[in-house]
Amino acid sequence: MSTDTRPAAPAPVQPRGPVRVERRLPRLAPLGLYLAGVALGAGLSALTGSSLSSTVVYGVVLGTLAVFLASRLVEGRRKATDRLVTCLVTTAFGVAMVPLVSLVWTVLDNGLARFDATFFSNSMFRVVGEGGGAYHAILGTLVITALATVISVPIGLMTAIYLVEYATGRLKRAITFFVDVMTGIPSIVAGLFAFALFTLLFGNDVRLGVMGAVALSVLMIPVVVRSCEEVLKLVPNELREASFALGVPKWRTIVKVVLPTAIAGLGTGVTLAVARVVGETAPLLVTVGLITGTNLDPFDGRMATLPVFAYYQLTQPGTDTQAFLDRAWTAALVLIILVMALNVVARLISRFLAPKTGH
Amino acid sequence: MAKRIEVSDLDIYYGDFKAVEGVNVAIEPRSITALIGPSGCGKSTFLRSLNRMHEVIPGARVEGKVVMDGQDLYGADVDPVNVRRQIGMVFQRPNPFPTMSIYENVLAGNRLNSKRMKKAEADDVVERSLRGANLWNEVKDRLDRPGSGLSGGQQQRLCIARAIAVEPDVLLMDEPCSALDPISTLAIEDLMTELKDRFTIVIVTHNMQQAARVSESTGFFNLNGVGQPGRLIEFNPTEKIFSNPDEKATEDYISGRFG
Ligand SMILES: Nc1ncnc2c1ncn2[C@@H]1O[C@H](COP(=O)(O)OP(=O)(O)OP(=O)(O)O)[C@@H](O)[C@H]1O
Ligand SMILES: [Mg+2]
Repeated sequence: MSTDTRPAAPAPVQPRGPVRVERRLPRLAPLGLYLAGVALGAGLSALTGSSLSSTVVYGVVLGTLAVFLASRLVEGRRKATDRLVTCLVTTAFGVAMVPLVSLVWTVLDNGLARFDATFFSNSMFRVVGEGGGAYHAILGTLVITALATVISVPIGLMTAIYLVEYATGRLKRAITFFVDVMTGIPSIVAGLFAFALFTLLFGNDVRLGVMGAVALSVLMIPVVVRSCEEVLKLVPNELREASFALGVPKWRTIVKVVLPTAIAGLGTGVTLAVARVVGETAPLLVTVGLITGTNLDPFDGRMATLPVFAYYQLTQPGTDTQAFLDRAWTAALVLIILVMALNVVARLISRFLAPKTGH
Repeated sequence: MAKRIEVSDLDIYYGDFKAVEGVNVAIEPRSITALIGPSGCGKSTFLRSLNRMHEVIPGARVEGKVVMDGQDLYGADVDPVNVRRQIGMVFQRPNPFPTMSIYENVLAGNRLNSKRMKKAEADDVVERSLRGANLWNEVKDRLDRPGSGLSGGQQQRLCIARAIAVEPDVLLMDEPCSALDPISTLAIEDLMTELKDRFTIVIVTHNMQQAARVSESTGFFNLNGVGQPGRLIEFNPTEKIFSNPDEKATEDYISGRFG
């Protein structure tokens, strides 16, 4: 490529023609240079016999440097800065991806061993060693999370509507403040709150699925409020005014104009709030406990849930330790899949419910 | 059903800021009243106070009287919702409902209030309103498409159709033609002339010729300086305003525009 080999003389001052021609690196050159730099760095550190992490660091630094210098020589300062920042941002992204990829990889690696039909169809009833599954825990998690959603969404959504459409002044600021405080409540505190509440009501030693749902609601409500509030604020005021001007009362305007306009965002927000609490362990540990059999009635005794199931499989393995560990990993894998599925659902909601503008 | 509106000593505030001061005017039924004046002098503010849309803005309030057929619209026992059902409005910027189709947008006034209507009747209202707003030919093949997919000018005409579909007694229009081409503008003007047999119409416009063409009376708003409240400087029959206005300020404003 001729552009690469040109001397690094300052670009001749060109008359201001209709379009100024600028010298550019060929399209794939930066990537090639970057990889070459990385390879060089890796080679260097291999020679000096250093560890994997320093290899990566050397490689990234040299790669970035190679791209920057080449660009500085050929393309000039502005473009070089652009390339430098691009390299830095991409590197930061790569660093951020490392834990995620590593986590997914580990869970997949360990969890696939027991990712079988038995795991999804059997409970742990009378299982002490191999076999058994989390059928009861998966259903329990679904029941309790659904119940928590049923409690949280009306409260959260109505609070958000109140904050955006009605509240003014001091009360509004107070509610916003307390919602913010609630967002920061540690999950164990939410669990203890539900525990204390139900102990007050029903006496000692009570363990119910609905207690867990209440504890999860305490965590979920502020998330629902905040996300719904943001979404409702995005609905343009002009639409409310258009509706008022047609003689539509305020509550009808909210129900028939504001909520339908925001429905995609509301659905997304709620789904993400569900994803946020579906993996909570601590509050369920103190309120719902765990059983080996299947109990789907949240108003009658202990229930199994996936996070608590995983916790006990891990911390109290029986004689056949490996079987218990495998089940714990698979439970973790199922949880991750559940959360990912919820995120996909959230995206689908926002895709399909968003107001259409096209032709 | 057209109504006469009498405004006396009306002051309009945004919080502590007095935007309009001391308006006294009588708006005649079955006629078109035009409001003109420089930008920011309070025309929209005044217009919105006529159907109690002004108070929708937090902190906004009104002092004075707006009497329609003997009843004070700002009386203690008057529900703003009922006022707005009788006094329709077209806004300065088009605002169709994005979740609704063109068809539903036109019927929004009925649908949102859960008024039941037979299909044939609804079709009829939609066609009549869209024809009235000179939009029918452009959208008749895609009534089920979203209203927000239309061009700006088409959206504005959709909003006009939506406002006249509920047959209000009074129609307030805030620069309804500012985004329209001359043909649609003429169509809207024809529509106004046609509607004034039944409705009372108040229109804000920056287009002097338009005011002269369509209106019976014209009001000129002005303000003395930045931060000062706007005032209704002169209110007279349109012919008089444009030929021989009482006030020097009116003449300056009008002749300035006409060169
Ligand atoms: N929502 C609001 N809050 C506070 N002040 C406002 C608000 N809307 C308008 N104002 C102020 O009230 C005054 C009158 O505004 P208004 O919109 O009525 O002007 P206008 O005559 O309609 O102007 P234009 O011809 O540009 O539409 C202006 O000084 C404006 O800054
Ligand atoms: Mg205006």
